Amino acid sequence: MPSTPDWINEPLAVVQGLFASSQNGPSSEWEAKAVEFFKDRLKEKDAHTWVPSLNDVPLHYLKPNSLVKFRCLIQDMFDPEFYMGVYETADPATKTKELRCGKYRDVTECGVRQQVDYNSRNTVTAERQTFYCVPIPGENAWVKDSYAGSSQARVVPSTSYAPSRQKRSYEEDDEGDDMDTQPQKQREPHSGQYQHGNGDCKRLETEAPSSQVGSASHLDLNFPLPGEKGPSCLVKVYEDWDSFKLNDTLEVYGILSVSPALSALADEKDASSSFLDPSESMETAEEQRVHSPPASLVPRLHMLYAKMLRHNNPLLPSVPLEDNSACKEELLSSTLRDMPSVRTELLSFFTHVLLGDALAAEYLILHLISTVYSRRDVLPLGKFTLNLSGCPTAASFTERLYRIIQQLVPSSFYLGMSLQNMNRMRLVPKKDYVANRLVSGVLQLASNTSLFLDETQLEPGQLDPTGVSNVTALGNLISWQKVDYDFNYHQMEFSCSINVLIASEGRSLLPSDCQVHLQSQVPPPHMEDYMSSIPLTAQLNKLRLYLSVARLLDYSISDEVTKSVEDDFVDMRKDDPQSVSADDLHRMLVVARLLSLSLGQTSLSRDSWHRAKHMEELRRSRVEQHKSVNGNEP
Amino acid sequence: MSSPASTPGGRKRGRNTNPSTPRSEGPTSPPSQRRRGQDSSTGDLMPMPNSPATDMLSPSAPQDTSLLSSPRPSVQPTEVDMSSPLMYGTPSSRVEGTPRSGVRGTPARQRPDLGSVRKAPQVDLHSDPPRADGASDSNTGQRLVIWGTDVNVGTCKEKFQRFLQRFTDPTSTEDENAGLDLNEPLYMQKLEEISVVGDPVMNVNCLHVQSFDAELYRQLVSYPQEVIPTFDMAVNELFFERFPDSILEYQIQVRPYNALKTKNMRNLNPEDIDQLITISGMVIRTSQLIPEMQEAFFQCQVCAYSTRVEVDRGRIAEPAVCRNCNTTHSLALVHNRSAFSDKQMVKIQESPEDMPAGQTPHTTIVYAHNDLVDKVQPGDRVNITGIYRAVPMRVNPLQSNVKSVYKTHIDAIHFRKTDQKRLHGLDEEAEQRLFTEDRVTTLKELAAKPDVYERLSSALAPSIYEHEDIKKGILLQLFGGTRKDFSQTGRGHFRAEVNILLCGDPGTSKSQLLQYVYNLVPRGQYTSGKGSSAVGLTAYVMKDPETRQLVLQTGALVLSDNGICCIDEFDKMSDNTRSVLHEVMEQQTLSIAKAGIICQLNARTAVLAAANPVESQWNPKKTTIENIQLPHTLLSRFDLIFLMLDPQDEAYDRRLAHHLVSLYYQSEEQMEEEFLDMAVLKDYIAYARTYISPRLSEEASQALIEAYVDMRKIGSGRGMVSAYPRQLESLIRLAEAHAKVRFSEKVETIDVEEAKRLHREALKQSATDPRTGFVDISILTTGMSATARKRKEEVAQALKKLIQAKGKTPAMKYQQLLDDLRGQSETAITKELFDEALRALADEDYLTVTGKTVRLLA
Repeated sequence: MPSTPDWINEPLAVVQGLFASSQNGPSSEWEAKAVEFFKDRLKEKDAHTWVPSLNDVPLHYLKPNSLVKFRCLIQDMFDPEFYMGVYETADPATKTKELRCGKYRDVTECGVRQQVDYNSRNTVTAERQTFYCVPIPGENAWVKDSYAGSSQARVVPSTSYAPSRQKRSYEEDDEGDDMDTQPQKQREPHSGQYQHGNGDCKRLETEAPSSQVGSASHLDLNFPLPGEKGPSCLVKVYEDWDSFKLNDTLEVYGILSVSPALSALADEKDASSSFLDPSESMETAEEQRVHSPPASLVPRLHMLYAKMLRHNNPLLPSVPLEDNSACKEELLSSTLRDMPSVRTELLSFFTHVLLGDALAAEYLILHLISTVYSRRDVLPLGKFTLNLSGCPTAASFTERLYRIIQQLVPSSFYLGMSLQNMNRMRLVPKKDYVANRLVSGVLQLASNTSLFLDETQLEPGQLDPTGVSNVTALGNLISWQKVDYDFNYHQMEFSCSINVLIASEGRSLLPSDCQVHLQSQVPPPHMEDYMSSIPLTAQLNKLRLYLSVARLLDYSISDEVTKSVEDDFVDMRKDDPQSVSADDLHRMLVVARLLSLSLGQTSLSRDSWHRAKHMEELRRSRVEQHKSVNGNEP
Repeated sequence: MSSPASTPGGRKRGRNTNPSTPRSEGPTSPPSQRRRGQDSSTGDLMPMPNSPATDMLSPSAPQDTSLLSSPRPSVQPTEVDMSSPLMYGTPSSRVEGTPRSGVRGTPARQRPDLGSVRKAPQVDLHSDPPRADGASDSNTGQRLVIWGTDVNVGTCKEKFQRFLQRFTDPTSTEDENAGLDLNEPLYMQKLEEISVVGDPVMNVNCLHVQSFDAELYRQLVSYPQEVIPTFDMAVNELFFERFPDSILEYQIQVRPYNALKTKNMRNLNPEDIDQLITISGMVIRTSQLIPEMQEAFFQCQVCAYSTRVEVDRGRIAEPAVCRNCNTTHSLALVHNRSAFSDKQMVKIQESPEDMPAGQTPHTTIVYAHNDLVDKVQPGDRVNITGIYRAVPMRVNPLQSNVKSVYKTHIDAIHFRKTDQKRLHGLDEEAEQRLFTEDRVTTLKELAAKPDVYERLSSALAPSIYEHEDIKKGILLQLFGGTRKDFSQTGRGHFRAEVNILLCGDPGTSKSQLLQYVYNLVPRGQYTSGKGSSAVGLTAYVMKDPETRQLVLQTGALVLSDNGICCIDEFDKMSDNTRSVLHEVMEQQTLSIAKAGIICQLNARTAVLAAANPVESQWNPKKTTIENIQLPHTLLSRFDLIFLMLDPQDEAYDRRLAHHLVSLYYQSEEQMEEEFLDMAVLKDYIAYARTYISPRLSEEASQALIEAYVDMRKIGSGRGMVSAYPRQLESLIRLAEAHAKVRFSEKVETIDVEEAKRLHREALKQSATDPRTGFVDISILTTGMSATARKRKEEVAQALKKLIQAKGKTPAMKYQQLLDDLRGQSETAITKELFDEALRALADEDYLTVTGKTVRLLA
């Protein structure tokens, strides 16, 4: 393994270097150059795998001010902030001055005995935006493991890890009273490394084991899903922040900043200084806690480069668009060739899982590769919410089914729709004006997350107002693929693309695009044995890859086929106008699209259309049949 | 002094500056006049040449200067000698002791909103740097400007006074100017008002300043904290000259508003720091009142000598040495003799309309001072004019490494509630929506096209196929009729909003239409009948957890005042809930009497409702009322009731199929095109709603009368009434809306024609009696067609005859009677019909029905 290059260890040095050289020369585009520099470096073969990732390396193993990456979802956007883009330090003793660059830093840096000169006319104020980012919610273990496995970053616990170092706690260091008595010399010399190297690391060392458990109690990291773990991060964005949207998934490459000076300060100190500086007292304690949490828990990341993640499947090359298109072509064509065979495999696997029901298995595949590919005014196109009715309650069928889905898709979440859950859970994100942040809810999910709603858990009972609004929110999500975030004085609509799968006994109380009634081929007494004998195939990776690729394919309909589809529709209506409505045509078009894609075909063929029609007929007759059975029962 | 930027002020610096530090010119030399231009963003960070406190103290105590609270001893005070001719009258609002005639006697009130710039010295803009040896003072042709700016106090003051004396705005439409003579100088009248009312605040519209003197306006926007005090001075001089006997609580303060640089919060950037800006937003939080010290009172513990220190950039410099007895650290702060001012933190959030999709709203902190405190409440939409500030955050005053981030806030100078006008009622259509000239031309061009009506209706919800008439109806609803006020004649407001009900088979994209409309209009609300309660629709009273006050929370109908309230699943609404709609849909108000709060709220909302038939499929053999089971009292309040049914014919099917398939694979460009259409449509509607209020022309009135008479005639032949005055009102509204679509100020015959056609279409669909095939409005107004009523009458008579024929039997069996009647009648008699007949007879007091027996009465 090659040793870690300098640009990963000391990115700030690179930035400062570029900055300094720009000061001498006439060119002033050093900022673009810096970004370009890191982009180029990352493009090099495998270079991005050398960069340690916040997702799989514990924070206290990472060097402060080194380049790291973070796979995350933008959970909240804070207000833009102004910072000193360029500042000047002066040494009162020698009267020397030095221009420094404040970009990609939280704290100004001064040399020995230097002071920041606020009055310099060379100071440049610049603007940056802060995003609050959390790890991608519902990311499944196999994704995490796979990413971690492919990383070649060399992370060694920093040297300060050794317990022999001088120990003076950071807290002590920060207390203003001490400062006066401390001789200046001792405190200042290594301001930079000193704090990180000693105080901070030592502190992290003691806190790290407990932080995962204990942190939640005093600091809510605001994860959308309950029981999530991992670091959240304040990402500082320097360019183009308008191009990012809430709930985007990104891979951020940036400079890690964990300076303890960033943490919200001790309360007593605040109280005394607030008298002097009225502007500080204006923020509520909650707001301070949220916007400047301890850097040891919520590190800051200064973004150099961010990659939008169109999918979060580590098995698929992450940047199929930009470089080496030849390689991409090859991969694509090879997967396309394999798709029909993989599909057969997946189908038989699902058939087995769904108690021998091949039709339901077909629909499950379609559901898993569906995505909202565009919107026409308010209408989301391509969504395919599946209601799997007739799920046996025995043998924890739904849980097992979810576990299998979990193995196949990059991110998923299981929501048991028990009365208690519906009445208590916060599904819709809500703005907390006291702390000035968006308190996350379960429905704040990344695109293409699988949401598994288990309605078999629902029992008759009373839904309270929260429950009603939660059910309404789920209904909205399914029908319009949007979530109305609660901003107290108004609501704001955020569109999303979440694959909702509803498992229920009868027809679900929620709307759905398509209902399939499960027909078990397995007699109930044997269910337990049968379910436990489901083999987890060794070829999982192939299936995972298949599902992700199918979703990314382009699709079109030729004029010819359009014509025949139209004819078909007219014919169907001729026979019995009641039987086929516009909604049915909508659904059939989606089914045909997904069916073609699942076979690796990028345009609709007449064959697939007929096959889709046939599937729909089968499904409808089954639903009808089930309806009449129900009707005869009482 | 080698600094090329040094100014005449520098010559006095020698006394304090250590001459052995040749490098000090960077940070400590008085900033050049170029400073602002280069980098205005840091202006606030720079210490002003020495603090005012020290200026006022005797210069013989220079050691005081080192006791500034500033943690940076390197900042060297630059003192400008008070005696220097450079210190021409300061632009201070604190004119204590300033020998200005008339002004004396009225105390000046501090303006914390302007910050601490009061003692800014003036410097000479034109003096050449090398001549900084003091000789330049006497030179002629010099212009004195406030340090760091290009503002000359004298000129500025003069200009502003001229502005006040001369500015007229004959075209003013602002409600603030109501009652003023528009041809007289506007602001002089305002001064007069001040002298009468005694409220020493003068609001100045920046647009006026700009149109009067662009240069002055530029200075005002760029250097508000220097220029506004100058304005204050000017206005006070003028005022006391004119009204020397007036007694004001304190001196007049000028409050500029409506700075042209009105910005979206999102567009604020470092260049705006220290400038006058106007932003709009919504108040989300207000803090409690914060007393902020303006002047500290110190008393020596040893000799009781007292001194006052003014606040300087948020800090009080505690004097370390008593100047009387020279004891160090003997001065103590005496709180109740210090001067405080009120201050409040207000948090503003971007209004939802200003935001790009997919982002969260930004917030900004605003400080309100003195009488602006408590002017706004959370939830208010406001326009704020103020000065944008940035202050550095200090992690620790004694640490050299600081957080390199500034905190930003706005010092509010003027609040203007944007929805305050809602209280005024009628004129609120004049909502300030700015259209660029280009946009207006495009819109007008569009309006001039002969097929604009068709164009717009097809641009409406393009993903929904056909239903042209329904889309047209909704289009007219979006435009609405003209507001009329007949309150003088006792009738009150006529409803201008068009209400529409869509009913039809499930799965005919009714909800989609509703969603589309909800997304299109700025003040739309979307509720579902199933999920909403009467309270949620109207208003409810709740106790504020913090203040324990009762607060009125408004519901969907009130929130969509002036918008459209979309109600899905109208049929599933409980009767209780639906009943509140009665008032809203005709009187356009909501009366609340709850928990001691009795009020009437405006709810001038158009209702767009969608209902499903009771038997899941529309039964063509039944009337609308029977199909949707809604009370006819409510139905008659809908102007248009459309049925959305599956037409079931081949050509339609084909077109539908084509439409849907193309929906699923349309190219990106086509999508783009459509998106543009939606924006244009939005603007078009907003423009028409704001600026066009058509009136009926003579011909149109005639046409309307004819139409109405015709409608009544249709039915009269068969003993039915097919139109009521409500239908006439509907026609008028629709015709007006159609005229608005054409951007026409006059309702003409073509408008009436279209209104008639649309109304007939809707009637044809919803008020056709399935038994006779005739259009019968009484289905909607009484819930029963005239034929059905006739039939009921007949059955009742037949039944009466039957009973009379039976002779003297006081009681009969119910079933027996029904069978007898059935045997006798030649048409089929249903149980319902029989029940109704019985009820009719019971109403005549002919019989009573108890259980299964029918008794005759007397």
